[in-house]
Amino acid sequence: MSHDTLPRPTTADKRPEQPGRRPSGRRRRHWSRRANPLAGLGSIVWLVIVLVPIYAMLSASLTGPDKALTGNPLKPPTDPTLDNYNTVLNSGFWHLLSNTVIVAVTVVGIVLVLCVPLAYVAVRTRTRWSGAAFRLFLLGVAIPAQAVVVPLYLLIAKLDLYDSLLAVILPTAAFAMPVSVLVLTGTLRDISEDLYEAMALDGASPMRMLFQLTIPLAKGGISTVVIYAALQAWNGFLFPLIFTQSDEPRVLTLGLFNYVSQFGVNIPALLASVVLSGIPIFAVYLVARRALIGGLMGVGGK
Amino acid sequence: MSVTDQTVASGRGKVRAGRPGAVWALPAVLFFTFFAVVPMALAFYLSFTKWDGLGDPKPVGLANWQKLLDDPRLTQSLTLTVLLTAASWAFQTVVALLLGVWAAGRQRNRAVLSAIFFVPFLLSSTAISVLFYALLDPNFGIIQKDTLGSSSGAFLAIVFVGGWQFIPFHTLIYQGGARQIPQVLYQAAAIDGAGRYRQFFSITLPQLRHTITTSTVLIVVGSLTYFETVLILTKGGPGTDTAILPYLMYEAGFKTYDFGYASAIASALVLAATGLSLVLIRLTGFGGMRSTREGM
Repeated sequence: MSHDTLPRPTTADKRPEQPGRRPSGRRRRHWSRRANPLAGLGSIVWLVIVLVPIYAMLSASLTGPDKALTGNPLKPPTDPTLDNYNTVLNSGFWHLLSNTVIVAVTVVGIVLVLCVPLAYVAVRTRTRWSGAAFRLFLLGVAIPAQAVVVPLYLLIAKLDLYDSLLAVILPTAAFAMPVSVLVLTGTLRDISEDLYEAMALDGASPMRMLFQLTIPLAKGGISTVVIYAALQAWNGFLFPLIFTQSDEPRVLTLGLFNYVSQFGVNIPALLASVVLSGIPIFAVYLVARRALIGGLMGVGGK
Repeated sequence: MSVTDQTVASGRGKVRAGRPGAVWALPAVLFFTFFAVVPMALAFYLSFTKWDGLGDPKPVGLANWQKLLDDPRLTQSLTLTVLLTAASWAFQTVVALLLGVWAAGRQRNRAVLSAIFFVPFLLSSTAISVLFYALLDPNFGIIQKDTLGSSSGAFLAIVFVGGWQFIPFHTLIYQGGARQIPQVLYQAAAIDGAGRYRQFFSITLPQLRHTITTSTVLIVVGSLTYFETVLILTKGGPGTDTAILPYLMYEAGFKTYDFGYASAIASALVLAATGLSLVLIRLTGFGGMRSTREGM
C-alpha cells in the first residue's frame, strides 16, 4: 500500500532490520522491483471488484431467457447463446449507433476547428483580448451542464432545433471546449519560439505557421482532445435526454436508458445492450490507449 | 489583424513577426459564450420567472427562491449531497490514492493491471448505471436482496457505482502525480532509516498534496452531478431519499414543467458547486503549496 518505488540502502547500515523486510541477501535488487505484499493484495482486491461486474455482465448476456430469472449471474451460462445480442441488434441498435457516431464526429470537428485557432492565439499573442478569451474558458471548466440545461432548452427551442441531432451536438461541443482549450494551450506552449522565428524570417504567414508548424508539432495534444471530445459526445446523456424526444435523433446512451423499460425483466438482453454499447469505445481504447492515458495523467500531475 | 502587423515595428520586431490576430479566437469565444456562458446567466434570470416551457417566461420576483427555501426536499437534498460527497470522497480518494501510488511503479504486471483497472472508465455513466441496475436486481442480481429499495442500500449503491466508474480516472491522476515525486527524497529517507510506511506518510502524501486537491475538487463537483446514476438506479427513491439537486431540478423542469423553479434549483446547484470548490481550495491551502517542493 505504501510507495513502492522507494529506494533501499545498498550498503549495509547499522540499523536493526525492520519487520517484514527481506533478508539482506536480496537487498541488491533494484528498489522498484521490490514486492510490497500489502499493496499487491490491495490491487488484487480491486481487480476482483472491477472484474466481477464485468464478468457477470458478459456471462448473463449469454444466458438464454428461460434461465435468466432463476440463475445467479455469477454462474457461467450452461448453454451460451447469442440470442440476446440478436434481440438488441434487431431493436434499432444500428440506428442508435450511427446517430452516436454522427454526434461524436461532428463534435470532434467543431471542437478542433474552434479550439485549435483559439489556443494558437492564446499562446502566440500577448494581447489583452487573447488573455481574456483564454480566461473565459478557464472559468468554463466549472460550469456544470446540469445548471444550464433549462436555459439551453429555451435557446434550442427558440432556434427551432429541438428534437434534432444538432440540438445534442452544439451544446455537447460547447461543453467539451474548456478542457480541450486547456490541453491544447498546454501542448502549444511547448513548441519552441525559435521555430516560429525561423518561419517568420522566411516570411510565412500566421496561417501557414499554424498548418505547417503548430498542428504537426501538437499532434499529441490534438489526439488527446479528439479522444476526450469523442468520449464526451459518446457518453453524453443529459443533453440527448432533454433536447430530443423521438426515435429519429436518439443516441446510444438514451437508447440504453429506454431499453431499461423496454426489456423490463429481460435483464440478459439489457446487459447485452450494455456490452454492445461498450465495444466501439473499447476498440478505440485498444488503439489509442497511450494518447488517452497520457493526456489524462497530466490533469493532476505536478 | 492589423494590430499584430504593427508589432513588427516594435523593439524585438523579428521575434514578433507573423503572430496571429486575436480575431482567430473569436469563433470559439462566440460559440462558447452562446451555448455555455449566456445560458448560465439566463438560468439566474429564469429563476425569477414563471415559465411552463410554452410561451414566454413571466417575471415573478423571488417566488421561486421562496418556494425553494420552504421546500422540505431542499434540506433533505442538501444533507444528502453533503453525505454523498463525503462518502464518495472517502471511498474514491483512499482507493485511488493507494492504487495510483502502487501503479506508479514499473513492474510488468502493474502495466497489465492498470490497463484492466481503467476499463470501467470507458463505459458511460448510463451503461454503468444500467449494468448495476441489473446486477442489483432483487431477483436476478448478485446480491439477492432489494438493495435499491432500502434508503441506506440505495445510498451506498450510488457511492459504490460512482466509485467504480471514477476511481480509474483518479488512480491515473495519482499515478501521474506519484511518478513526479523525486526519487532522491526516498533515497534520502531510506538512508535516514525511514521504513516504507513512514516514507508513505512523510514523503508521498505531502508531495501529492497538489494532486489530492485537484482530485478532490473533481470528486466534489462530480458527485454533485451524479444525475444518470440516480435517474437510472433509484429515480431519487426510495421516496425522495436519493433525490440530489440535479434530480430535483430535472423533476421540477422536465416532469412538472415548472422551469422557473427548476432554474432556481439549478442556480442553487451552481452556487453550491462554486462555494464548495472555493472552500476546498481555501482549506487545502492551494495557494500556499509552493513550498512543498523546496529542499529537493
